[in-house]
Amino acid sequence: MTLNRSNTPDSLMKSNFGPMLPIIKRELFSYFRSPVAYVFIIIFLISTTGTTWYLGNFYQSNEASLGIFFFFHPWLYLILISSVGMRLWAEDRRQGTIEILLTLPVPLYVAVLGKFLAAWLFIGIALLLTFPMILTTYYLGEPDGGIIFTGYVGSFLMGGAYLSISCFTSSLTKNQVISFITSFIICLVLVLLGWGVLTTSLVDFFPVWLSDLITQFSFTTHFNAIRRGEIDSRDVVYFLSIIGFMLLANILVLEHTKAS
Amino acid sequence: MIEVRKLVKKFGGLTAVDNITFEVKQGQVLGFLGPNGAGKSTTMKIITGFIPPTSGTIIVGGKDVGEDSLGVRRQIGYLPENAPAYSEMNVREYLRFIAEVRGMRGAERNRAVERVVEITSLDEVLHRIIDNLSKGFKQRVCFAQAMIHDPPVLILDEPTDGLDPNQKHEMREVIRGMGQTKTIILSTHILEEMEAVCTRAIIIANGRLVVDGTPDELAAMSRHHNAVMVRTIRPQDGLEAQLREIKGVASVEREDGKDVDGKGNAPTTYAVFPQSAQVILPEVSRFLESKKIEFLEIFAERGRMDEVFRQVTLHEEHS
Repeated sequence: MTLNRSNTPDSLMKSNFGPMLPIIKRELFSYFRSPVAYVFIIIFLISTTGTTWYLGNFYQSNEASLGIFFFFHPWLYLILISSVGMRLWAEDRRQGTIEILLTLPVPLYVAVLGKFLAAWLFIGIALLLTFPMILTTYYLGEPDGGIIFTGYVGSFLMGGAYLSISCFTSSLTKNQVISFITSFIICLVLVLLGWGVLTTSLVDFFPVWLSDLITQFSFTTHFNAIRRGEIDSRDVVYFLSIIGFMLLANILVLEHTKAS
Repeated sequence: MIEVRKLVKKFGGLTAVDNITFEVKQGQVLGFLGPNGAGKSTTMKIITGFIPPTSGTIIVGGKDVGEDSLGVRRQIGYLPENAPAYSEMNVREYLRFIAEVRGMRGAERNRAVERVVEITSLDEVLHRIIDNLSKGFKQRVCFAQAMIHDPPVLILDEPTDGLDPNQKHEMREVIRGMGQTKTIILSTHILEEMEAVCTRAIIIANGRLVVDGTPDELAAMSRHHNAVMVRTIRPQDGLEAQLREIKGVASVEREDGKDVDGKGNAPTTYAVFPQSAQVILPEVSRFLESKKIEFLEIFAERGRMDEVFRQVTLHEEHS
């Protein structure tokens, strides 16, 4: 006696989300198949630690924390993450594999989510590889481990938000350069909206409530809060909703333009 | 198995597919013919669920593409034009990936890969990176990908494109074999291929379906259908007029050949066209016999596909 399980919600979930894992696996694998992944990781490590030591004068700051390290992330991610995300859909479009992927029995949202998660995981790996910075702070002093942890969580969340934007711009074109530049500019605007220099002058032109609202849309505002060690649900929700919104836009764009 | 009803697809102001209706049954191999840009690929992309139609319905194996796109996609194996593949992977990794996305795991997945590798003779390149393969192998990798789940329906967009004559022959054999049990739609602009593989053909021009029939029916539309070709070793004086006298003959055309040896031996072909496509071969051959006219060859034409193709597609383009 065999049970017919084909109509249970469980198997339905399985059949819809079943392709997610192979897609994530394939995407991640394809990063490491090309030298791009290694070049990216090396540049990621050099730029994040380099800015900390040289631009941020980490050693002279006499502070056993990674505050300076995280301070540069919103700026570095403009380039680093846009360059990870730019190929995501543009490459499938260029190669024509988008036609293979989207005619397999995979719902569009699973394909979009799978590709996004693979790239996010990849960024996570690069971020984890900065662990010598943690060791250094512990060697130099007695840092607050909690603050370091929230810093990493915040940076990873913010990285996801950047990535979702470049996923979206990547779905708009088969040209990776256009995808990169568009994503760079959108992210730059979102960073600048919360940049100290700009926010102080915003108040001169707009009423306080409006300038506050504008700053609330910025990566910097929310990341700074997490960076200081306070994980506020509002900041987490902010990044997650950027991701959700952008992935939804990504799905809609693909739905309407996948054939062109 | 596949039902396409009143299919319309518009891209902006351009109508790529204009009210196409047809049906394909199990065991049929349907050939899509038409000039480039006629709407063949677009129609295939709509059937596979890649792009949505502007209007019309498509039912594959009892499932509506508009309502149960995933259900339809599970039954279809699709080879897109230009045979795209994730070129940084090797052949086995790629086929395993497709099998996994189609829900196969472990031993089942490996068996499926083995099966298609055997059908498409890919064993020698199994561990090669797809990017480094020749066009012929890439085409076969894409074909293998389409068959990995042994689907009841195959949609093949120019499956023999870029293959050499031997590979083309092999591919046609495979398709013909599959056609016994599956439902296949393939597009091509090689007319000889359509005759070799398809049990039925559809000609599309400017997005409209202009002809739907078996290869024989298509051939019968040709002016040359049942025309008798007589080739003589050199031009014969007055033969044209004599042939025209035979009962049932409508007209005769003479085509002079090249002087092959400088002694006036120029093989000449006389095309004898019948009235209303009737069979006139016996009459013509009896006539030649009675007049003791030597000829190199004589045969009745089945009809010329290229002629039919030009006739229906050019007519459509001008109207």
